[in-house]
Amino acid sequence: MIRTPLRPLARILNARQAGENPDAIEAENKRIRHEAMRDTDRVRAESRLYILGGCFFFAFTAIILKMGVIATTLPEEPQVSRSGDPILSMRSDIVDREGRVLATNFDTYAVYAHPRDMIDPEVAASELARIFPELDEERLLKDFTGNRSFVWIRRQISPEQMQEVFDIGEPGLLFGPREMRLYPNGPVASHILGGSNFGRESVDSAEIVGIAGVERQFDDYLRDPANGGAPLQLSIDLTIQAATERVLAGGMMLMNAKGAAAVLMDVHTGEIISMASLPDFDPNNRPTVLTQGDQSDSPLFNRAVQGVYELGSTFKILAVAQALELGLVNPDTMIQTQPAIRIGGFAINDFHSYGRENSVTDVIAKSSNIGTAHIAEMIGGERQQEFLRSLGILDVSPVELSEARAGRPQYPRDWTPINTMTISYGHGVAASPLHLASAYATLANGGRLVTPTLIHDASNTVGERVISETTARQSVDMLRQVVTRGTASFGEVAGYEVAGKTGTADKVRPTGGYYDDKVIATFASVFPASDPKYVLVVTLDEPNDTTGSEPRRTAGWTAVPVAAEMIRRVAPLLGLRPNIETPLMTGVSLASE
Amino acid sequence: MTEMVYGSIPVQTGDPILPRWWRAIDKWTLSCVLALFAIGLLLGLAASPPLAERNDKEPFYYVIKQAQFGGLAMIVMFVTSMMTPKVVRRLATLGFIAAFVAVLALPFIGTDFGKGAVRWLSLGGLSVQPSEFLKPGFIVVAAWLMSASQDIGGPPGKLYSFILTAAIVLILALQPDFGQASLVLFGWCVIYFVAGAPMLLLVGVAGMTTLAGSFAYMNSEHFARRIDGFLNPEVDPRTQLGYATNAIREGGLFGVGVGEGQVKMSLPDAHTDFIIAVAAEEYGLVLVLLVVALYAAVVIRSLHRLSKERDPFIRLAGTGLACMFSVQAMINMGVAVRLLPAKGMTLPFVSYGGSSVIASGIVMGMLLAFTRSRPQGQIGDIFSRRGR
Repeated sequence: MIRTPLRPLARILNARQAGENPDAIEAENKRIRHEAMRDTDRVRAESRLYILGGCFFFAFTAIILKMGVIATTLPEEPQVSRSGDPILSMRSDIVDREGRVLATNFDTYAVYAHPRDMIDPEVAASELARIFPELDEERLLKDFTGNRSFVWIRRQISPEQMQEVFDIGEPGLLFGPREMRLYPNGPVASHILGGSNFGRESVDSAEIVGIAGVERQFDDYLRDPANGGAPLQLSIDLTIQAATERVLAGGMMLMNAKGAAAVLMDVHTGEIISMASLPDFDPNNRPTVLTQGDQSDSPLFNRAVQGVYELGSTFKILAVAQALELGLVNPDTMIQTQPAIRIGGFAINDFHSYGRENSVTDVIAKSSNIGTAHIAEMIGGERQQEFLRSLGILDVSPVELSEARAGRPQYPRDWTPINTMTISYGHGVAASPLHLASAYATLANGGRLVTPTLIHDASNTVGERVISETTARQSVDMLRQVVTRGTASFGEVAGYEVAGKTGTADKVRPTGGYYDDKVIATFASVFPASDPKYVLVVTLDEPNDTTGSEPRRTAGWTAVPVAAEMIRRVAPLLGLRPNIETPLMTGVSLASE
Repeated sequence: MTEMVYGSIPVQTGDPILPRWWRAIDKWTLSCVLALFAIGLLLGLAASPPLAERNDKEPFYYVIKQAQFGGLAMIVMFVTSMMTPKVVRRLATLGFIAAFVAVLALPFIGTDFGKGAVRWLSLGGLSVQPSEFLKPGFIVVAAWLMSASQDIGGPPGKLYSFILTAAIVLILALQPDFGQASLVLFGWCVIYFVAGAPMLLLVGVAGMTTLAGSFAYMNSEHFARRIDGFLNPEVDPRTQLGYATNAIREGGLFGVGVGEGQVKMSLPDAHTDFIIAVAAEEYGLVLVLLVVALYAAVVIRSLHRLSKERDPFIRLAGTGLACMFSVQAMINMGVAVRLLPAKGMTLPFVSYGGSSVIASGIVMGMLLAFTRSRPQGQIGDIFSRRGR
């Protein structure tokens, strides 16, 4: 850009000769330039101001139009604002598969105070402190006599407490109606139900918001007035859930475990019949979230869904099933089980020595790490990863719990040959007990993919085929032999033909490496083996059976007896008839003959 | 004669103040503001008794309070509108400094009234929201800096005002008060636009915003859900928005009748953020149309008058004030009809609120002072054959 100089030399020289002040020329030029600049600015600003004005005009027009559209459309939905009491019976109930109530609503009252209307704050404070021992009398008195115009006293009170407060006869104490969420079964199914809390709240109403479990997952559905109060039906069976929790609690105590989880699933629908995690809590009175330490130690933590653990040897059957499916082995193929595999400065060893060679069936029955690693070597890492992914083990479980997203399985980013071998016997991949249950259900139902669900629905069914029926059959037969002659001999339950696989995995140290004396013991079982109907996975966290001469931690000594007891209790409740061998009739003559 | 010579009788040069003011003032804008204030009182009569009842006050307690504050605001507005632009600028700058200090001091001496955000100062029974007073002062200071940069050898006002804006937006966002922060940012953008922001930059910013928005929509589930929820025509009938929509629908064209409305009973913010819903329900679309027309008239008329203004400072400051005033109204009503996502913002002069109405009075007073008709030197153009 060429600029006219503010002090043009020729004119200045002329002015000097004429005896004039050359500064005047500069000032003059400056003024002209400034005015020109202002003019262009003004012209530009004028057009931009009109643009702005236009924008505002259109925006206001849009508001009017939208307002007109709303005002001239007829109301389509019932006017909630008109109904007498918009807060009562809004949230749907939750029921189990038989229609028994798991969560419902309960009319209650909140009590609050208007200190300005109070006649005798001192009596009110002392009486309230008597009725509600957790309230502090001095604090109440301070609130009542200060300049606060409004004081919450309690958000929920019982009818008896309400009567007592009423009997104080203090006009400054007021009640506001509200609903509370009630879980009549207490801690039963607590991790599934989750819990709820008050959301927005005013004195005469409060909104119930699901904060965990299905209450949170289905919050929109439960609050939707369009459902007309239709309950949400879960796949859980209340009786079986209670029995599961009871047996699991007993087993956890006997085995000195610090936590435990169990999942019972229908293999033909993926419906979860019962799912327990211990320690548990009462959803009517949810404990607060831990502020320090490990959240997985909190009773709120759902070990069956959120907890991802290396589940140990229970994974072996997956490797074997894949090898069978690919035609690499058959149940009688001999697999090398000695010597220990040394790979990359890492040794794969067995619990005992099982001899030089074993059949594939024996690899499973005796739980040989070396044998499984050899089988995994045949499969190769890529196909292994693909197979585990097709079973859903490497992805977040699709079960309808808000916590499921926290239970993201962990697996190595680069799937090296060492990883392939260790993953085949359950080390290197961490998944939740629910993931394992779904995978076993797929084996048990003849090879069709199972999607775990908590919702009871007649349309629940199995998905696409993952492995052939023959492979599935052979796998279940091998699992059956684990119980009849292998590591899970305590798992035998007369008449129910339990099949399953044990898994004992060393726990990971938070600082790296593994603990020597802390394990996760798992028993994943299928029953009845001749026509599998249910899968049960029992996991104990840090079990330690001290009844013997030395502490026993392996799953065969800890998780298996617990699972067997659970099946013994639950199978009749599931309506399964025990398959009793017909006694020989020798030497017996029936009266009818 | 003696008195005149020795100056013991004040000699009036030029017109007396009132006639000069009356001649120069923008009477249309002034009438619009008075009408809005009157409508606000009328709606307050309907909307505030349930609130008064909840707080155990006389039924018309809030109406009386609003009339008192509003009267004060009117006085402030008239006095301000009589000042010359230079006096306005000086006072506004001082006010800006005071309000800025007050906003800075909020974390130490402010209160939150249990609402979570520390925005209020408690002055012996009166609660003041300093950020309300920061806005008009800020507009004037920003316009001053920006206009100074248009002088030859002036300071780099655009940069300085941008730094100031960023600082204020940051402080307000930390309170957190995203509503006021975005208003401040919007005010600066409008001033910069009129002061001659390069077109390339504008197009670039618009493009970037669209890109970033669609990127966020594609990649952030949270963001996408909020936008979907906003675009979704179904509205949850138990939310404030749902009540507002129902109220507008109930009102129809001519309303359900004075005092017959229901929404004021169920909406906690019926007297502030959702007063337009009360208006729509009781008086129908007709009154809403009037209210919108009044706001539109204020801004469009002010912008029109400012487009004739030759002093860059007055032009910029007036534009900023007018735009901020009406954008606030627009956001409030846009939220009620779900054209905009939910954001608490008062309707100037109509909503209940002491700080808000007095701040609005200051804004309108300053705007009226800036839009007064004054000689623009057109005669000079004719003599020097400059201009257009």
